[in-house]
Amino acid sequence: MSLDTNQVLAIADLARLQIDEKSITDFQTNLSNVLDLVDQLQAVDTNGVEPMAHPMDAVQRLRADVVTEVNQREKFQKIAPSTADGHYLVPKVVE
Amino acid sequence: MEWEVVIGLEIHAQLATKSKIFSGSSTEYGADANTQANIYDLGLPGVLPVFNEEALRMAVKFGLAIDAEIGMKSVFDRKNYFYPDSPKGYQITQLHEPIVGMGHIDIDLGEGKSRRINVTRAHLEEDAGKSVHEGFDGQSGIDLNRCGTPLIEIVSEPELRSSKEASAYFRKMQSIVMYLGICDGDLSQGSMRCDCNVSLRPKGQEEFGTRTEIKNVNSFKNVERAIEVEIERQMDILEDGGSIKQETRLFDADKNETRSMRSKEVENDYRYFPDPDLLPVIIDEEYVEAIRATLPELPEQKKARFEAEHGLSAYNASVLAANREMADYFEAAAGISGDYKMTANWVMGDLSAALNKNEISINEIPVSAEQLGAILKNVKGNDISNDGAKEVFNAIWQGKGSDVDQLIDQLGLKQVSDTSAIEAVVAQVLADNPKLVEGYLNTPEDKRAKAIGPFIGATRKAAKGVNPQVVMEVLKQKLNELG
Repeated sequence: MSLDTNQVLAIADLARLQIDEKSITDFQTNLSNVLDLVDQLQAVDTNGVEPMAHPMDAVQRLRADVVTEVNQREKFQKIAPSTADGHYLVPKVVE
Repeated sequence: MEWEVVIGLEIHAQLATKSKIFSGSSTEYGADANTQANIYDLGLPGVLPVFNEEALRMAVKFGLAIDAEIGMKSVFDRKNYFYPDSPKGYQITQLHEPIVGMGHIDIDLGEGKSRRINVTRAHLEEDAGKSVHEGFDGQSGIDLNRCGTPLIEIVSEPELRSSKEASAYFRKMQSIVMYLGICDGDLSQGSMRCDCNVSLRPKGQEEFGTRTEIKNVNSFKNVERAIEVEIERQMDILEDGGSIKQETRLFDADKNETRSMRSKEVENDYRYFPDPDLLPVIIDEEYVEAIRATLPELPEQKKARFEAEHGLSAYNASVLAANREMADYFEAAAGISGDYKMTANWVMGDLSAALNKNEISINEIPVSAEQLGAILKNVKGNDISNDGAKEVFNAIWQGKGSDVDQLIDQLGLKQVSDTSAIEAVVAQVLADNPKLVEGYLNTPEDKRAKAIGPFIGATRKAAKGVNPQVVMEVLKQKLNELG
């Protein structure tokens, strides 16, 4: 399966990646190769094989419902680009 | 054309755990911004989620309460999207293998009528943070305290047919999660939020019309209003020959309208895939049965019991059973008064009115169930009138006393029910009012019931605190003796 330019741009947009026009063909080839691999996997007969949600044959361990974290806001906000009034600041996002 | 309304609700209920679904941060409401957003909640590199056992237990409890299939194996998936209130760039949720499968609830439609609504599924997921758009100088402020608070998203089948049914469904879900103690049910704090999917189709058509989704409606009343204005909007478009655009809309309560938020991203855009950081969650029958054993009596069962055991009407039973604290109060008071119907009328009438007027909940009521029970026991025994009961109730409410018998004495509310004493008073009243007596005797038999009124008034004036029922009987008897 091969992707066209618009599909590549749509995927980049969803991933919030900016790609320059020169590299579109490269991405097109690489992503298409990935999909070819998936096609190959799809072709395998999996009748009678139970689907796996995880490659490890193990079960989720559970945590007790206990508060173990303390407030470390100051530390975290020291490495944030911009904060005010305890909030992390980002460019205005209103829908 | 006649249109049929099709509504499905997605209700998000925050689970009342102490810590977050995948981290040990506190979930307490109202803390200073970002003081409960820690390394995992901020999505810093290298952090790993560890699933909270209490969130699992609560979700299973919910599933059992709505008689649903429980997912003995459930799987967490990543839903990928970028928004600043979700720093990881994805939300952990459950797509194909949710913890709770198909179940159902019965909604109350008033006058004792109810209707069964199927629940498609309920899955576990994490809540997002909050964005504040005002007060940050043209920027948005992000508070990630809510990030990672456990949620169950409860998805109904598109079986609701009116705004009233939708709000009844939402109410019933609130009642159930509060009974179970898995969510505080507080709509104003966002502990429960509702998305409404609304579409119209020509009556009789099987295929659904294009739907819109109204996001985050935060009160029962607004669910009704938002759906009503959305139905009107869609109907106008369809009647004009237009078509509905599938999209997400917001309800503006001030303007009473819905408006477009963004084109709904198609499912694939979220690029769901199983979260490699989390293994499948496997539970067994023993685990499920242990949780089943902790289920309290649920509103539906309580309602049925109130009807069968206490002889309440379907309507009264459903109103009282809707709120667990109210139901407990009612049963405790009625157990003492010995009259369930009268106690039900009191709790739903005077008591509820007083709660509303003072804007307090049943938990904060200054009159205990034991006190109300004692008051009503006196009414049942004809020792005080219903008006007298109100006086005692108000006196306790206002802190004028706490002992019911003492208050009845102090306020002089004891009724005279002694027949011989009342007979003497009635005889005097009749002797004093010969004209009234003559008028009564000239009244045709079938109208006499009404003509007896003035005598009752006169008797009660002559002797305060007489039991009106006894007065009525004595009067009837005496007047009949006269002719």
